[in-house]
Parts: sequence; C-alpha cells; structure tokens
Amino acid sequence: MSTTADSLHLKKHEAHDAHHDADHKPGFFTRWFMSTNHKDIGTLYLIFAIVAGIIGGGISGIMRWELMEPGIQVLNRAWPIGAGTANFDEWAHHWNVLITAHGLIMVFFMVMPAMIGGFGNWFVPLMIGAPDMAFPRMNNISFWLLIPAFLLLLGSSFVSGGTGLGAGTGWTVYAPLSTSGSAGPAVDMAIFSLHLAGASSILGAINFITTIFNMRAPGMTLHKMPLFVWSILVTVFLLLLALPVLAGAITMLLTDRNFGTTFFDASGGGNVVLYQHLFWFFGHPEVYIMILPGFGMVSQIVATFSRKPVFGYLGMAYAMVSIGVIGFVVWAHHMFTTGMSVDEKMYFTAATMIIAVPTGVKIFSWIATMWGGSLTFETPMLWAIGFIFLFTVGGVTGVVLANGGVDNYMHDTYYVVAHFHYVLSLGAVFAIFGGFYYWFPKMSGRMYNEFLGKLHFFLMFIGVNVIFFPMHFLGLDGMPRRIPDYTPAFTEWNRVATYGYMITIAGVAIFFVNLIWSLAAGKKAPDNPWGEGATTLEWTLSSPPPFHQYSTLPRID
Amino acid sequence: MRLIGWAIALAAAGLTPAAASVAAPAPSQNAAAAPAATTATPPAGTAQDATKPDAAQPAIVPGSVGHMIPTPGVGEPDGRKGIQLQVTPIGEEAVGFHNYWLLPLCAIISVFVLALLAWAMIRYRRGANPTPSRNSHNTMIEVIWTLVPVLILVGIAIPSIRLLRHQYSPPAADVTVKVIGHQWYWSYELPDYGVSFDSYMLKEANDPTRQANQRARTDNDGPPLLAVDNRLVIPQGKVVKFIVTADDVIHSFAMPAFWIKQDANPGQLHETWAKVDRPGVYFGQCSELCGARHGFMPISIEVVPQAQFAQWVGQNGGHMPGAKPAAAPAAAPAATAAPAPAVQEPATNQAATAQN
Repeated sequence: MSTTADSLHLKKHEAHDAHHDADHKPGFFTRWFMSTNHKDIGTLYLIFAIVAGIIGGGISGIMRWELMEPGIQVLNRAWPIGAGTANFDEWAHHWNVLITAHGLIMVFFMVMPAMIGGFGNWFVPLMIGAPDMAFPRMNNISFWLLIPAFLLLLGSSFVSGGTGLGAGTGWTVYAPLSTSGSAGPAVDMAIFSLHLAGASSILGAINFITTIFNMRAPGMTLHKMPLFVWSILVTVFLLLLALPVLAGAITMLLTDRNFGTTFFDASGGGNVVLYQHLFWFFGHPEVYIMILPGFGMVSQIVATFSRKPVFGYLGMAYAMVSIGVIGFVVWAHHMFTTGMSVDEKMYFTAATMIIAVPTGVKIFSWIATMWGGSLTFETPMLWAIGFIFLFTVGGVTGVVLANGGVDNYMHDTYYVVAHFHYVLSLGAVFAIFGGFYYWFPKMSGRMYNEFLGKLHFFLMFIGVNVIFFPMHFLGLDGMPRRIPDYTPAFTEWNRVATYGYMITIAGVAIFFVNLIWSLAAGKKAPDNPWGEGATTLEWTLSSPPPFHQYSTLPRID
Repeated sequence: MRLIGWAIALAAAGLTPAAASVAAPAPSQNAAAAPAATTATPPAGTAQDATKPDAAQPAIVPGSVGHMIPTPGVGEPDGRKGIQLQVTPIGEEAVGFHNYWLLPLCAIISVFVLALLAWAMIRYRRGANPTPSRNSHNTMIEVIWTLVPVLILVGIAIPSIRLLRHQYSPPAADVTVKVIGHQWYWSYELPDYGVSFDSYMLKEANDPTRQANQRARTDNDGPPLLAVDNRLVIPQGKVVKFIVTADDVIHSFAMPAFWIKQDANPGQLHETWAKVDRPGVYFGQCSELCGARHGFMPISIEVVPQAQFAQWVGQNGGHMPGAKPAAAPAAAPAATAAPAPAVQEPATNQAATAQN
C-alpha cells in the first residue's frame, strides 16, 4: 500500500498517509536525522550529492570565467575568501584553492555519495530482495560522517593555507607542497576532511559487502544478481582496500606537518615520491570507484530500454572484477614524469593498456545488448547511450596517455584534463543523471517530465563536449594544468570551453526545473513505468516502495 | 627544514658548491634577488631597464646570443590543434607514433563505436523492431571482441616500448645542465662551464607587480607568461643532459618542443636529455603544481651554434672546458661583457637568427 517513503519529497503528503500507520513511520526528526532506513539514507545521500554538486559545479564556473580571457579578471574580485586583497600571490593561491576544492568536492562529496551512498543504498537491498542494509545504524553514521567532512573542507577555505586562505595543494595533496609548502591550518582541515570521508566510505563498504554476501533473497545467487549490484560489490571492495592506504598517506602528511616526522622530506631520510606512490595506490582504484557503479547503472538502463537481457552477463560481471583487480596494479601511470626507471615505465605502460580489454568488453556488450532489441529512447536511455560513446572517447585518449613515452608530453597538460573529464564528467556524471532519471519514478513515486529530461540531456551533451573537447587541443599545444592565466595563444579554445560551460549550466538549470516540477506536480508513477525490459526486483514494488519492503522475502527461480 | 634538505641533496650530489648561494630564496620572490645571483649581470647589478641602458651594461641587442628572436609557431604554443613542432629525434619519433598511429586508432575506434551505436539505434528502434530477440550469448563474438583489442594493444605496445627504450638510451652527454626549480623561478648551472644563473618570468610593462628595476617583456623575448629574463642557452646538435632537482616543493621541468618533462623533486636528482638540431628559442612551463605562482615560472631554452654557445658562456663569466683554462681567471675578475674565449668568433650576432 502507499505507506509512502516520502522520499525526495521536501513537502509532506499527509493526505494519503493518514490511514495506514501500522507501518509507524517515524516523525520528521527521527526519520531524517536518526534514520536506519536504507531508502531514507539513500535519499539523504542524494540530496547531499546534489548540494555538493552545486558547490563543485559553481566552482568550475568561477574557473571557466577566469580562464575565458588571458589575464586575471575574476580572482582579483572581492570573494568571501581574501576579499579585496591586492596581493597577486593571494589571487594565484585562490586559484589553487578553487582547483583543490573542485576536485575534492566532485570526487568525495558528489560522485561517490551519489553513486554508492545514494543509488547503492537505495537499490542494492531492493535488487537483491533484502529488507534493508545489514548494519542500518552504521549506514546512518556513514552518511553523517560526510557532513562534518564536507564542513571541514569548506571551512578550510576560510583559514590560512600559507600564501593565502584555503588549501591550495590540488586534490592530490602532494608533499612537500602540502607539508612545508603550506603553512596554516587549511591543509590540516582538508586532511581531516579526507579522513572523515574515508572512514565514512570504509564503513559503507563493510556494510555493502555484508549485505550483498549475506542478505540476498532465496535463489538470488551471485550469478543472478543484477549488474548494478555486481558493480557496487566490486566498488566497495576497491574502497575497502584502497582507502586505508590513503588514510595512512595523509596521516603521514599530518605528522610531517605537525610532529616533525620526515616521511616525505629528504632532509630526514624521507622521499617525496613515496607520497605519490601511496596516494595513487589509492587514487587509481578511486577512479574506478567513481566509474564502476556507472557501468552497473548503464547496464540496467540499456537492458531495460532494449527490452532484452544484458548481453554476456557473466562477461560483464567479471569484466568489472578484472577492472577492479587490474586497477590496483597500474597506479604509477600517474607518475610517469617523476623519474621512474625504464623498466617501471614499461611495466606500467603495459599493465595500464590491459585495462582497455575488459573495458572494451563492456562497451561492446552494451552495444550487443541493444542489438536485436526493441529500443525506445526515454531520457535514461539517452544518458546511457551518451555515456557509452563519451566513455569510449575518454577511453581511447586513456590508451594514448597509458604510453609512458608519449605521456612525457601530455602529462599535466590539458590533454589529461580533457581525458579524465571525458571519463568522469561525461562518464560518471552521465551515468548518475541516467540513473537518477531511471529510478526517479521509483524513488519519488512521480514521473519526471520527459521533454525537460531530454532537453537537459541534449543541452548537457552539447555543453560538456564543447567544454572538454577543445581541451585536447590545448593540451597538445602544451597548456599546463592548474594555471590561472595563460599565454594568448591558448585564448581561442579556452573561450570556447567557457561557452560550453554556459550551455552546460543551462542544461543543469533545466534539470532543477524538472526536479522541482516533477516532485510537486509530476504524474503518479506506476510500479513499473518502463515495461517488460525492467526485470529487476525493485520494479515489483510500489512506487515509491513501502517504508519497509520484503517482509516476506521474494523467491528467485 | 627544507634548507637542510637542500643542503643534503647538494652534498649527496657532490655538485658545484656555487649552488649553495641559491639556497635562500626569499619566500616572496622578487626579481630584485635575481640580478644578484646572475653572474651575467655586470657590476652595477641594478638597472636592467631596457629603456635606460647603463654604460657598464650593454643594452640588449635583439638577436644577440641569449636574446634570439623567437619564430612564431616554433617552440611556443600557437593555437594549433595538435602537438607542437618537435625538434629532437625523440620528439620526432614520438610525434610520429602519436600522429600516425595512436591518433588514427583513437579516431577509428571512436567512429566505429559511434557507427555501431547509431546503427543499433536506427535499426533496432521499437518502430522498426517491435519484438526484441532474447539473444544474450554468443561465445564467438565475445572471444573476438576480447582478442582483437588485445592485438591492437600489442600493436601499440611495440612502438611504445621502443620509444621508451630510445628515451632511456641517451648518447654520451656533451653538455650537462643542472636545473633547479624554486618557488617560483628556475636556476640553471653548467658546472663544466662555470656558469650559473637564475631565470625569472618577464612581466608585462603594464603589470603593477613589476618592480622598477625589472625589465619588461617585449615581443623579442617571447610570448607573455613564457618569456624569461635569462634564457638557458645550449649548443645545437649536442647531447644535453639535464639533471633536474628542486629546493622547496616539487616542480616539473618541461619543454614540449623537445618532448621532455621531468619532475624536479626536492632531495632527488633525475636526468633527462635532449639533442636539438634546430637553432631557435623554445618555451615551456612548470608542469607540477608548486604553489601560488605555479603558472608564472616559465622555461625558455635558446639553441645556438657551438660558437655562439661559447660566446654566451664567456659573457656569463664562464669558460669553455679545456679550451682556455688560462682565460678563466682572467674572465672572472673582469666580468665585463667582452666574450673571453673567442676560438671561433661568430661573424655576427644575427647568425643564429638568420637560420630561423
């Protein structure tokens, strides 16, 4: 019955809830601040990711505005941080604060919470036929650790980071720029923020692993799990194994900064490159953490709107497993210019290229899923198809960058920026939007507006390509990353990229219009709005699902 | 602490003690410190203002060694949609590998995927194919789309590994340059020639942060944000080994036209090399985030014939090794701009630019 989870609704629907309180829905504060319900926690994660996305996307707007013309036009304005300063070094430092915040926010506070915390929490239990997550209270603390983490990161922008306010180290926080190079508490706050976000993710990972291994409904063997569940399973293993390494590395940064250790300081026998090895041992799995749930969502969406089962299911599942495994042994391709030996470079070149094989399997399997299908092109399908193509483009430039000898030229140029935004901003984010539209009727009980959804897709598809494709040209022409100003030869493509941002932001505005309109006045969604292609368990439930589902476990044949 | 680290790095390297004089860059750099360390600067060491040439300091002659006029589109970005002109054998090999193998492969794979998607979207839309097939396995096609990418990758790996091998098999070095990254400038030492100096970005004439004694950039120096006050000059056709390090945070010594990029790690020495056959002026930028002015510490290298290189060494208080050991003591106290070792005096300063 419609004991609605009221998910995503900021307004209440008392009217039709009044007469079914057997479900004893808790009061507002208990429900949202002390929640043990995976759907409510998933909703909180999604709201959090949207807020973080607005901030992180707004920061990219400031950056594109600054880069529209050569010279410093924007950083010298009166910002909340460093308002009115006339010191050039502080302006330049604020640039570094912006790139740092953009990277950290998008990685740790937008993509990961949306994919794993949001969609993972919502749909892993629903898809495996479980009543909730294995550890509901731990689930809650996972979310609430993110809030102080985010506040610490935002707050770091208002305290000294050395040259100016805020942590200006880049999201990689390389020593010794982050140790001896950044006096003041800003970098300490950023490190604590990462500690908390990391702890949150580790707890979440433990929760997902336990849930998936122990709480599958009768008959739901591992090899029958939907691919989205597989993708989350692989992702959380990556989290569990990679994040402790990051935690160790940034703890070493903390002690180097504050307690006189010299892990990353040659004068005490340390090694600056050691930090990079530790960071990227986490950092490379991290990029797969950001994209694997997207793979899972795209698989669900493509199968649904092709009205066909996923082609090569086992190949798809084990492609993700092998991507996860290989993802742990390729980290130093981020460090080709640090002065590695030729043997190391050859190994990391070869190992990195191997990842293209399972990735290719996935791309071709998605196309084969569409092949012979009966395709319709609702908004989620558009995002999924856009994902497949753009991820391919980002993938082939990744193969270029995998070559250690070639990377000498591209490393730390805009070519790299273009590459990783093609796989993340156009890959992960497209998957998130696809998943959001796909599951919005299930989560909210209301249909989104199809026209606005498609308009959002096309504006954003054009916009992000106009932003990021010219960055390949800038990189090949030699423009380094992370600079607030550039020589006039780079003007043309930078201006084009800024126009692309304007188009993109218009698309995002449409998204919010659609979101608010649909929540307020969208058509009521049926249990399964997508028809016979939507075969996973969540479509057997009402939209939105009951506050507690599966009091009788479903049985899978 | 980082000074200690620098001292240790130096001691371990056993390199010229002259570098110790570089050890204390004021945190807020200013070119005020630069002329002091610049052995090229004649005694006065103050007025570098091009508009007021000091009697003791010859005005900068555009086109003279160290001030070669850059060629647009060579050694600097020019808004093209591709890799900069390469002037080293490694760069030529790499750009060929990229432009004629990797890039076409990327394009073909992307277009292939796009075509498959488009075909599936048209042919298998619901209107054209109302009844979906239930086909979800085909072992043969799965084996094919696993093995074919493997073969393509092997086809990439072979030239890629060859390129790496060539990069890591430098011929014997003719000239060794020690490159030291600082916040936020570069310094260069040629220990075998007794030359060492700092290299700062030249600011624009209308830049309010430019000090009165800092020379403003002109177009003869190079593009904005890329031109430097003291270029590194290296001989044409010679194998130059760059030993790269840093004294505060990580920087990265990058020269796109040479296809080199080597991180400058404090406490470590790493080397890279280039053999440049084409005289000219080449520009690069620091390529590892190093703090506030990361974007404002460019690299400029001028490649000249051997004779002009010798002249430049002399002008900078150095001496050619072996050629004139006796001239060195004479040159050092004099410190005039007169080129001390003139084994092969170049006909004119314009010789090098003429070849541009």
